[in-house]
Amino acid sequence: MTDPLESAQAIQHSGPNAEPRRRRSWIRRYIFTTDHRTIGIQYLLLALIAVIIGASLSLLMRLHLAWPDLPMPFWGVMKPEDYLALVTMHGTLMVFFVLTTAPQSGFANLVLPEQIGSRQMALPLLNAASFWLTVLSLLVLVSAFFMPGGAPISGWTSYPPLSAIAASGPGQALGMDIWLVSIGIFCIASTLASVNMLTTIVAERCEGMTLDRMPLTVWSWLVASMITVLVFSVLFAAAVLLLCDRHLGTAFFVPMGDLVNGQIVGHGDGTPLLWLHLFWFFGHPEVYIAILPGMGITSSLLANFSRRPALGYRLMALTTVLIGLLGFLVWGHHMFVSGMNPYAGTAFALTTMAIAVPSTAKVLSWIGTIWGGNLRLTTPMLFSLGFLSLFIAGGVTGPLLALPILDAYLHNTFFVVAHFHLIMAMAAIFSVFAGVYYWFPLMAGRQLHEGWGKVHFWLTFIAAYSTFFPMHLAGLAGEPRHYSQLSGGAASMAALIPLQRYISISAIVLVAAQLIFLTNLIWSVWHGKLSPANPWQATTLEWSTASDGQPIVLRGPYDYGVHPGQSDFLPQDALEPNPE
Amino acid sequence: MPVTFTRTPVDTERKHTGIGGKPPASRRPTGGGGDGDNWDGQRGRKGPRQLLTRWRLGVFFALIGDMMFFVAIVSSFFVSQAGGHFDPRTHNYISTWRPVSVPSILWLNTAVLVLSSLTMEMARRQLFREIDVMEEWLGMGRPALRRATPWLIATALLGGIFLFGQWLAWEQMWTDKVLLASDPARYFFYLITGFHGAHLIAGIIALLGALASLSLLRRVEYRQIVVDCTAWYWHCMGVFWLFLFALLVSAQ
Ligand code: HEM
Ligand SMILES: [Cu+2]
Repeated sequence: MTDPLESAQAIQHSGPNAEPRRRRSWIRRYIFTTDHRTIGIQYLLLALIAVIIGASLSLLMRLHLAWPDLPMPFWGVMKPEDYLALVTMHGTLMVFFVLTTAPQSGFANLVLPEQIGSRQMALPLLNAASFWLTVLSLLVLVSAFFMPGGAPISGWTSYPPLSAIAASGPGQALGMDIWLVSIGIFCIASTLASVNMLTTIVAERCEGMTLDRMPLTVWSWLVASMITVLVFSVLFAAAVLLLCDRHLGTAFFVPMGDLVNGQIVGHGDGTPLLWLHLFWFFGHPEVYIAILPGMGITSSLLANFSRRPALGYRLMALTTVLIGLLGFLVWGHHMFVSGMNPYAGTAFALTTMAIAVPSTAKVLSWIGTIWGGNLRLTTPMLFSLGFLSLFIAGGVTGPLLALPILDAYLHNTFFVVAHFHLIMAMAAIFSVFAGVYYWFPLMAGRQLHEGWGKVHFWLTFIAAYSTFFPMHLAGLAGEPRHYSQLSGGAASMAALIPLQRYISISAIVLVAAQLIFLTNLIWSVWHGKLSPANPWQATTLEWSTASDGQPIVLRGPYDYGVHPGQSDFLPQDALEPNPE
Repeated sequence: MPVTFTRTPVDTERKHTGIGGKPPASRRPTGGGGDGDNWDGQRGRKGPRQLLTRWRLGVFFALIGDMMFFVAIVSSFFVSQAGGHFDPRTHNYISTWRPVSVPSILWLNTAVLVLSSLTMEMARRQLFREIDVMEEWLGMGRPALRRATPWLIATALLGGIFLFGQWLAWEQMWTDKVLLASDPARYFFYLITGFHGAHLIAGIIALLGALASLSLLRRVEYRQIVVDCTAWYWHCMGVFWLFLFALLVSAQ
């Protein structure tokens, strides 16, 4: 049995001049390694574990919503606080440990240095340290389930006073502290990871790799890392202040005279609004950390599989930066009904509308790239097209929610849940799938099975729409999020139960379809088709077949189909083909 | 085909690089060599300087993150300062914010911290004197070690004095029964001085590390990196303190 990582490196380091790798012990090579590629795979595996836990939790939630009296494994008949604990852990796992780690740290570690023509990350030790901090943070988070009182119940946004007062719920004592510690560690880990990434992009580009020749993936990792460095410290500060409120007797977030369980707990002039501001100053840029790498991957893959240059390369780089910048000005759109000054709401509505402009420019460029192109419908291409479709479907509801008047009705309903699951959960995950199918040869030296990949795509695509689209209807009908049961008094809500059952059934199909992916993944590591050196005929440097160690870049990243009649693509470091 | 063979001519002959009319890529900046630590490798333009640049950049980006931490705390300061609650007895919107009068010893501490930044800079410069670097490089002696050590020790001492001064300020406040949990202005006084103090403790540890590494690290450029990065961190903490102190003074 061949060693998959070894054969992957063989693709990269073949040729006469490739130095023989020093053989290290198994642990040094696979576990405590500073090799960026292995770290990338480790991040992806961490995200895979997190997504498996997170998805299982969501299935429990869906089952409970549709059949409230059904006893669950581990929980029995679910109490409302159990449901809230599931919501909290599901959201936290997915947002932080899946959508922040896989597209950013996972793929960037896997290919970023090669894409800019470097042999390694700028600060490899720091890189490894941040990975292990992320692991620690995940372990701490999951341990919250086993604390007395169980996991916290205040959602991934942890609004005070619920999150500030230990007496306010079963998981709000130790469970909440654990949550805060985990998030604190995660903040440090991802900041350090991004410091390494930024330094690498700024200082490690090879000869000829000027800014306007960087692949769009690199642009998006650059901007996402910049955002990470700027906003995670703010979340860290918020978590520290909240811990002070919980243990040192301060009152940053708890208002005067606040009543919990019949007891007055508020003794200062704190305000939950302060938490909301700090949290969403982090939270909105965070959703762009999750989606920007996906946008970069989509741009690259659509160009590759339509054999055309990415339309408007410079505009695409510019909109990436612009989205990053504007993302800092829109956080208030999560707070329209929070008691914030209404004039501020208008300002935030305007900035939010403004961010739709670069987003639309991106969509137009993607459509323009594939329009009339000679499409190769491989699995990664299908997932990129899926990203495009889901990004549009989830994106159009954004500007609706950004209207304060509409949001007064829609806030905290399933409509918002539909919006962010389509765009964040589904679109971002589709780009992760696209990336995995596309770069798998660099991980294992083999290709994932195409046929099963396509089955996986179609099932996931249909089940994704069928799960999350009807949530709009539930939201329009007024169903609130974070409610564990619809039965009982309110007849109008009980009428939604059939819809919820339908959604639950598609959710089960959606999760089941992922078993195909898992099987394909495991099978292909050892039995997949051996991959040629540049299986997708790509131009970017991670696929470079030049025998010599350090590449010299001669052109932009998307030279596809530029010389009809000859080879239809020119790698960034290839010499001009001889016109004969 | 070896890429080296034709690299420049091919590059300049290209017309359609998609970047219209710019000089050839080999003459435009890319930031680095992309070859990591391969200083002794065949292709030129790598060197110790590149490693230093990298570490500096890393520290620089990390400090931006750290700055945002203080920015968040300071923003919360302003929000809390403007906060209040409705008092049902008087039907008024009242605030419990009572400004803290800054203990006067903080002025002295501030002066000490500024001074420590100067000594730190002196220490840093000792490692970049060209003659000394050359001498160390050739293994003829350790002039930089000799010159920088006293300045580093002085910086660590001044840092210690600053922290001790901050502690005295806290003690004075405790004897006046001004505790953390008394009211919002106090939370912030303790938090701001406390967080900054914690950063300085980290800085002193880094200084001690730098002192040790001056004699322990074998390569000149590593010694330069350690001292240089510690220095930028230290300067930055000095600047942060000036802003935080100005905030505390202006709000009293
Ligand atoms: C055109 C672009 C977008 C606009 C105008 C927009 C607008 C909004 C608005 C106004 C809300 C608040 C709704 C409410 O809570 O009442 C919201 C929520 C949300 N959006 Fe977006 N959005 C956009 C794109 C995105 C993207 C790209 C992502 C992620 C990849 C995203 C993720 C989320 C999430 C996670 C929430 C809910 C957070 C929560 O309450 O837990 N949005 N969006
Ligand atoms: Cu937002």
